Amino acid sequence: MSFISLLWVLLLGSLLGLELIGKVPPTLHTPLMSGANAISGITMLAALTLIVKAGENLPLLIIGSVSLGFALFNVVGGFFVTDRMLAMFSRKPSNKK
Amino acid sequence: MNLPVIIKFVIDLLAVLLLALGIKGLSKVKSARDANRLAAFAMSLSVIGLLSYYLGTSGIAIQSWIWIIIGSIIGSLFGAILAKKVPMTSMPETVALFNGCGGMSSLLVALGVAIFPISNSVENLDFFKSLINQVSISVSIFVGAITFTGSIVAMAKLQGWLSTPSWTQSKVRHVVNIVFAVASLIAFFDLMKGNTSSIWLLVIVSSLLGIGVTLPIGGADMPVVISLLNSYSGIAAAAAGFVVDSQLLIVAGAMVGAAGLILTQVMCNGMNRSLVSVLFGGSLSAQSATSSGSGEYTNITSCSVEECALTLEAANKVIIVPGYGLAVAQAQHTLREVTKKLEQNGIEVVYAIHPVAGRMPGHMNVLLAEADVPYEQLKEMDVVNPDFPATDVVLVLGANDVVNPQAKNDSSSPLYGMPVLDVQEARTVFVIKRGMSAGYSGIKNDLFDLPNTSMVFGDAKKVLNDLIGELKDLGVGDK
Repeated sequence: MSFISLLWVLLLGSLLGLELIGKVPPTLHTPLMSGANAISGITMLAALTLIVKAGENLPLLIIGSVSLGFALFNVVGGFFVTDRMLAMFSRKPSNKK
Repeated sequence: MNLPVIIKFVIDLLAVLLLALGIKGLSKVKSARDANRLAAFAMSLSVIGLLSYYLGTSGIAIQSWIWIIIGSIIGSLFGAILAKKVPMTSMPETVALFNGCGGMSSLLVALGVAIFPISNSVENLDFFKSLINQVSISVSIFVGAITFTGSIVAMAKLQGWLSTPSWTQSKVRHVVNIVFAVASLIAFFDLMKGNTSSIWLLVIVSSLLGIGVTLPIGGADMPVVISLLNSYSGIAAAAAGFVVDSQLLIVAGAMVGAAGLILTQVMCNGMNRSLVSVLFGGSLSAQSATSSGSGEYTNITSCSVEECALTLEAANKVIIVPGYGLAVAQAQHTLREVTKKLEQNGIEVVYAIHPVAGRMPGHMNVLLAEADVPYEQLKEMDVVNPDFPATDVVLVLGANDVVNPQAKNDSSSPLYGMPVLDVQEARTVFVIKRGMSAGYSGIKNDLFDLPNTSMVFGDAKKVLNDLIGELKDLGVGDK
């Protein structure tokens, strides 16, 4: 992949991001922030790549593994916590205790 | 192109599409929950795509598998446990913590690649490519470190573990931060020259810069900072994408980065603050101490819970204004019981939600939804403001700055121009508050001095519990 085409990818990705969040009701700002935050844990793919390419290099394997741990903490926690918040919105007022 | 490459390409494309649909869906109440799951699915899909690509090409060594499994299990487990256990009131801190860890991950990847260049990519690097490689490593480390330390500081401040040191309110902090910024620039150029050891200097000074920039920022501005840091973690991920040559990472990182910026801007508008003044202006309380905004209260009326209950019983229309105090007291369920009683008595109850009530936009909606408050009863500021003159009773629960009439009347006030809820237009206003302390902005609230305002002092939960008792005695909602 040439550097220039990667720059194009960066540019188009940014534009897509700007477009996607045009109008959001304030209600959803916290869940949206939290959901977007979980997606930023996509850096776990970089950590995976690092581990796979590390070969026999033990320090690199460990760095990659710690990095993967941090990223997955972000991803799994982020999605769960967003789901918890959103579950409250969808709950019908009729299901009272 | 061989098969694994094509498969990975298709999966990546699908993942990007689903992630975009996920972010889009998260902006509508109806589709939000499914959209979140869709995004989670897209993320797992991207992992499967990456792993199957390596399985089909170079293969994955057994020791790699071991370290992948160790990292995944520990990270996911802690993330899941924290997400399940954390109380809804500390959502902002939790998002900050998760966010910081995402930044840390990008930092570690870049650091790993910098210290131990991946064998097969180093051999065929021409000058141009190695330059790009080094720039993206530096950016990834720089942004990742700022995201990490900044998020941790933000979390500690929201938790009350860290206060705002006084030196950070003086001009000294600008000097300190400029020193850190210049030092990171020096480290960056040194790195370009091939001096690999200066990478540690870069890690250290950018971490310090993250602390130095976040520490002076006051609590009220914290959500803006967290949103901005969220945007940074996207940028860090995109930079890591350049480091490991992954388009998917770049697209997803760029999307989060751009979306985070928009959200930050929306939050700033809600508080009538510019991003520049949030980042460099210091905390509002420090400014207002010297401005004319502070002053003594002259005409405070305080009243008992009983009086409050009597007035409520006679009302036709009641508007509740929740704020951070409600969240701190965990009183959302008690509040719901009170409003249920009022509704059973035929009183119309509506909740007025200021865009920045609480510590995060949407914070109050989440809390009230947790207490089973019907979504239709939550009204946004612009919708509810014309209703106040026709309202009998307004209950202000732990909100302060968002109901301060100074924002409309007093052009010398630091709050001036901020959109507020016009609660003073209602016939009677009850402010339930622990004491006379100022709100997060540290500014006197003129509302408390008005003749139609009565203060009910006490912890929100305790007052509401007493209120339930009083309402019961009055026979309200006993059916």
